[in-house]
Amino acid sequence: MPLVEAASPVLLAVEGVTKHFAGVTALSDVSLDVRPGEILGLLGENGAGKSTLLKILSGVMPPSGGRITFDGADYQPASPQDAKRHGIVTIYQELSLIPTLTVAENIFIGRAPTGRLGLVSWRKMEQDSRAIIARVGLSIDPMTPVSALSVAEQQLVEIARALSLKSRLIIMDEPTSALTETEVQRLLSIMDRLRKDHVAIMFVTHRLEEASAICDRMTVLRDGRLAGHLDRQGGPIKLPAIIEKMVGRAASELYARPAQRAVAGDVVLSVRGLRTVRDPEAPHAIVLDGVDIDLKTGEILGVAGLVGSGRTELARAIFGADRIAAGTITLDGREIAPASPADAIALGIGLVPEDRKHQAIFAALGILPNFSVASLGRFSNGFGFMAERRERDALSGFRKMLSIRMASAEQAIEGLSGGNQQKVILARWLARDPKVLIVDEPTRGVDVGAKAEVHQILVQLAARGIAVMMISSELPEVLAVSDRIVTMRKGRITGQMPGVEANEEKLMELMALDRQDTPGQDAPAQDAEGQTR
Amino acid sequence: MSIAEEQNQRGGVTIARLLMSFGPLLFLAALIVVFTVLKPSFMDPINLFNITRQISITGLIALGMTFVILTAGIDLSVGSLLAFCGMVAAVVAKGGTANTLSLSTSGTQGFGWFAALLAAVMVGALAGGVQGFAITRLKVPPFVVTLGGLTVFRGLTLTISNGGPISGFDASMRWFGTGLIGPVPVPALIFATAAILCHIVLRYTRYGRAVYAVGGNAEAARLSGLRVDRILVSVYVIVGFFAGLAAFVLSARLNSSEAVAGIGYELTVISAVVIGGTSLFGGIGSVGGTVVGAALIGVLQNGLQFNNVSSYTQSIVIGLILILAVAFDRWLKSRVRR
Repeated sequence: MPLVEAASPVLLAVEGVTKHFAGVTALSDVSLDVRPGEILGLLGENGAGKSTLLKILSGVMPPSGGRITFDGADYQPASPQDAKRHGIVTIYQELSLIPTLTVAENIFIGRAPTGRLGLVSWRKMEQDSRAIIARVGLSIDPMTPVSALSVAEQQLVEIARALSLKSRLIIMDEPTSALTETEVQRLLSIMDRLRKDHVAIMFVTHRLEEASAICDRMTVLRDGRLAGHLDRQGGPIKLPAIIEKMVGRAASELYARPAQRAVAGDVVLSVRGLRTVRDPEAPHAIVLDGVDIDLKTGEILGVAGLVGSGRTELARAIFGADRIAAGTITLDGREIAPASPADAIALGIGLVPEDRKHQAIFAALGILPNFSVASLGRFSNGFGFMAERRERDALSGFRKMLSIRMASAEQAIEGLSGGNQQKVILARWLARDPKVLIVDEPTRGVDVGAKAEVHQILVQLAARGIAVMMISSELPEVLAVSDRIVTMRKGRITGQMPGVEANEEKLMELMALDRQDTPGQDAPAQDAEGQTR
Repeated sequence: MSIAEEQNQRGGVTIARLLMSFGPLLFLAALIVVFTVLKPSFMDPINLFNITRQISITGLIALGMTFVILTAGIDLSVGSLLAFCGMVAAVVAKGGTANTLSLSTSGTQGFGWFAALLAAVMVGALAGGVQGFAITRLKVPPFVVTLGGLTVFRGLTLTISNGGPISGFDASMRWFGTGLIGPVPVPALIFATAAILCHIVLRYTRYGRAVYAVGGNAEAARLSGLRVDRILVSVYVIVGFFAGLAAFVLSARLNSSEAVAGIGYELTVISAVVIGGTSLFGGIGSVGGTVVGAALIGVLQNGLQFNNVSSYTQSIVIGLILILAVAFDRWLKSRVRR
């Protein structure tokens, strides 16, 4: 696939790479190339295949087919270490530095400079580290422990380490998602400097403006296939062009809109001016910056936002899991101030959290205790004894209603598939008959067939009068089930529209672009682009 | 994942769970057979009741420790707390520390066995509550808090007793340590009753469910509306209560509260719980397992003694069994987590 004739030869060439997992094709016939001294953007929605491609390039897994060459030779890394030896370093969102060691120790880990007697020369290590981190614009003391650095600084240390390893291709996976505005600017300028130093960079991101501002070229993936290549011709690559490539598909069968739409009733939950405080233990977490939201009985409100938009924080704040700094939450006309999840639950709010494994399931326990944990009061008598008969009957009722595929109530929940685990968690909340149910990424880690089932369940719940708030970063999902959609970015609501009027382009613009005002449905792309920094 | 795969996996898990509950029991049965073959008099009812009396003190604390370890916590202070509660019981029973070395039971102005028992369990529960508070509010890990408790309670014991024992209780109190109901020693009956109660609480009450949930995944428990901190404090109150109860029984049995009582008990107690299959990572375990674990250690000690194995060698054997039990636990985990 010849692109433009460039001065420098191709450094990395991916040709027709394919990856199958147990019958599922995650990548199909993907090709791209990167040259020294250029920044290639790799874009695509969640599930487009970006992570799979990264894993192949960084040596985590081999491709099922296709060919990769690096610097003209066949490239088949056996492990991430092997990839590094070749000169390809991947910097993931979860940084790989050891927090208790110093910056210098992290940079020289496994290759500390030694002096006479084979002892570590701390002086040389410190001096060399200082020079290395200066290359990425850091002027901190190299003897600082990494745990004392901000996420942005840690990222730069990782980049510096990659450079000191003579890396020729640096792959950055969503590097800006945890950064503040200024930190993003600094990172982008360092990427620009590296480009001038003839380092090749592959920039994987959701943030279209950033990508547009810095990338020379872009490769867009969609549903595991190549959606197209974009090239900077004179000016930055235009956002509408990117969005068109990313989205460009009709709503697929899997996300067919349920035929019946609920008729929204009265406002149950109303949030006004909600703000959260910065947690000193997580100073880089997103804070809510004045969120207003209304949730009505019988409707599904879709909340669309990228990682770091504040969508999960919104759910946690309503649920009493995080502290609120300002703003009001009104439930059924009464102002509430849940200080803990227990308070929120008692008021009739349920939350299916984002990270099922760490926040929802009890892996060591069976299905029955997993199901009833939020309703122990309802399934026990006045003396605190469990009414196990009632508990089991309730579970078998939900088992039918949600078609949970399980062998018995005693079965370990870990033995269930992701979709069935999620149904048990949904049953956990339904057993409480909640007024409001918040579901955060309800189909993450759920296989394709079960996704549609989960969507169907959400629609049924809304029809029964439960106000459902569904948070998701998968746009087809948001479009398929939402009666109304709000978009979030940087801790604010950036737009709102009825589900029937929404489409992926509109939502993507609202989620990914900087627009402080409430935009209309016709937000002109040029405007947005004009704001590119 | 296909249904077949799910069922397959379930099969593995079920076998693992069976082993988890019956593994130690099989081991115990095997030990009894071996010791009986070596010396048939091992099976004498007198000897068997002897064993039950021996295990009842650490067994009682192990019941409480089961709650703590189910929440992925630990309590290292129980041996010292036992000595402290014993001393408190003695002071209450004798009406002061004055009769320190007197074995005479006449003419004391104490408050009787019931007050002594009440004082022991209340002080134990309170001490546990304070440690639980430090763990949940001050966010100091249980290991550290109870390690501190281990020296603090020992120091308190030595302070109130001036380093010596307080001895000589009246017959009604000594009955709790030396009495028999039919052929059965009273301490064994107390242990059995407590074990049944604990089993019922963990298995059949909402509180028991909450303990497993907090141990299985504290964050998920919080997001499911459980008051995690309260439950954590409660398990340290429970283990403290049992340390107090065990202290009362021990003092009654020895007719004396020693300032050096219970040294090293925390290790025996934790061993009993862990050998019984309760996971140090929380969420998995049972009272039945703990009883079997305590019995296993008791039978091992008694049987080795019976065969004139030195107490030095006994320590080696018990230590090795503990390590094997934890290795087994990890292996089961790896199977379940596959």
